[in-house]
Amino acid sequence: MDASRDTLSRTTRPTRSGNRMEPWIERAVRLAGLSAIFIVALIFIFLIRLSLPALTRIPLSAFGDLRWYPIEERFGLVSLVVGSLLVTAVAVGIAVPLGLVTAIYLGEIAPPWLGDILKPLIEILAGIPSIVLGFVGWVALAPLVQRLGAPTGLTAFTGGLILAYMALPTIISIAEDAIDAVPKSYRDGSLALGATRWQTIYRVVLPAARSGIVTAVMLGIGRAVGETMAVMMVTGNAAHVPRGTSMLFQPVRTMTATIAAEMGEVARGGTHYHVLFLIGALLFLITFAINSVAARLVGRRRTGEGGG
Amino acid sequence: MLALGLLNMSCGGGRSDTGEAVRMIQNTGSDTMLQLAQAWAETYGALHPELSIAVTGGGSGAGIAALINGTTEVANASRRIKDEEVAKLPSPPQEHQVAVDALAVIVHPDNPVSQLTLRQLSDVYQGKVTNWRQLGGLDAPIILLSRETNSGTHVYFLEEVLRLGDKESTDIFASQTLLMPSSVGITSEIRRNPNAIGYDGLGYVTAEEKVLALADSDDGRYVRPSVATARDGSYPLARGLFLYTSGQERAEVKDYIAWIMGDDGQAIVARLGFVASEK
Repeated sequence: MDASRDTLSRTTRPTRSGNRMEPWIERAVRLAGLSAIFIVALIFIFLIRLSLPALTRIPLSAFGDLRWYPIEERFGLVSLVVGSLLVTAVAVGIAVPLGLVTAIYLGEIAPPWLGDILKPLIEILAGIPSIVLGFVGWVALAPLVQRLGAPTGLTAFTGGLILAYMALPTIISIAEDAIDAVPKSYRDGSLALGATRWQTIYRVVLPAARSGIVTAVMLGIGRAVGETMAVMMVTGNAAHVPRGTSMLFQPVRTMTATIAAEMGEVARGGTHYHVLFLIGALLFLITFAINSVAARLVGRRRTGEGGG
Repeated sequence: MLALGLLNMSCGGGRSDTGEAVRMIQNTGSDTMLQLAQAWAETYGALHPELSIAVTGGGSGAGIAALINGTTEVANASRRIKDEEVAKLPSPPQEHQVAVDALAVIVHPDNPVSQLTLRQLSDVYQGKVTNWRQLGGLDAPIILLSRETNSGTHVYFLEEVLRLGDKESTDIFASQTLLMPSSVGITSEIRRNPNAIGYDGLGYVTAEEKVLALADSDDGRYVRPSVATARDGSYPLARGLFLYTSGQERAEVKDYIAWIMGDDGQAIVARLGFVASEK
């Protein structure tokens, strides 16, 4: 970090115009940075403002209702939150191990020529529009899940599979970058001490790349929680709290799908309208919490072991 | 559906061949009526190149909400407007019954069940009956399919089937009911799931789904939906399809609705599998 800053200032110093421009460029960069914070704050204030009427019009206990049936003023959020969490849990359970193993393979084991082919392909995966994945899930994946013995192919598990596929490219790319950034000297040192290749990966490379890997996982989870269209097409959208051992193979309704399906219908200013904004605020808080946890995990490592 | 509406708009935007400015008519609402509204708009648009009629779906509730917000001039609804919706409009709306739609209850062709009473159907959709064996079918769980709550079809089914027309009833759909965002969602799940049951407009049903005969009382006659049984009222699930306007619409909108109610508009109604409105 320090070395690069030195070269930067050294190269800009000779030109006089560069000197005069620098404070302005600095200000512009600062403005861009602050505007990001400003916009996020505005969005949050907007969400809170529009969801407050819901909190004043409906007693809090009504949100604990097991039923979500807005046209009869039943606004239980339990089934929606459980639906979102269940689908996300399936997605994370599949995408995180698979993504990390793929990243380790690409970064440590695969021959360079193979990596050069695979990496761009994985980035293309990230660019597939979610609605297209939704179609694939609807046409191909749902009948497969049904054949596994589920009463219908439109289940939390189907949604989780699609989301896992969507989160994978994010997790792989970022985790692979983090593994790639671990200095070669670490590996050389470990191998020189007699560690095997596996021990080097497991005990040296992964801990050194931890902060990047945590970021990768958190961004992947964030993508899964917020995804809408694909999930709406394959989860069946039944506002039902699934129970029992087959809970993954029952239809669920996620928070995002609820907003998407119902926003077009509501009359502005109605209770239902404000409850949908409340769901939006809740989603915002969930992603915010995920990001905070990620930041803390990464931060602890930085202060604990110094530099990354 | 939205894309189709946008397409209509982009085709008709700007100026017509005669160089006259193109005037827009916005037409939003019921998905059940979407094909119908698009067919009207296309045929009428060909006769009147100076008009551009943009049709979008979204559900009857969405259409009436758009009429209230002033973003559409004509709302399509597969149910009558509610009193609280009328209250939000600045003036009393104009109602035009343009067709009759029969709601077909559909199952997979392999399902041995071929007739139900409305009471049985109500119990099924409330989750009181959960196995096909209880209805004379195979030993298999019943998978309930419904349209989303913003669909006029959903509200109609709730009032006429689940609650059997009882205004005091507060029965609602079983929570495990799968809510599908479109008619296509229901028919394609019916085609691949032998345990599923759903409902859809008769105009959308194909030979790949099995239509159930229904009886409106426990000792009543079982009637299959058709143009004839919908119009004579013997089929229990037939309903009116409506256009709503604010009452202060422009002359060209009035002409358009008069054309829909006329012979040409009603011929399109019959061609799409709906029942022409009685006069």
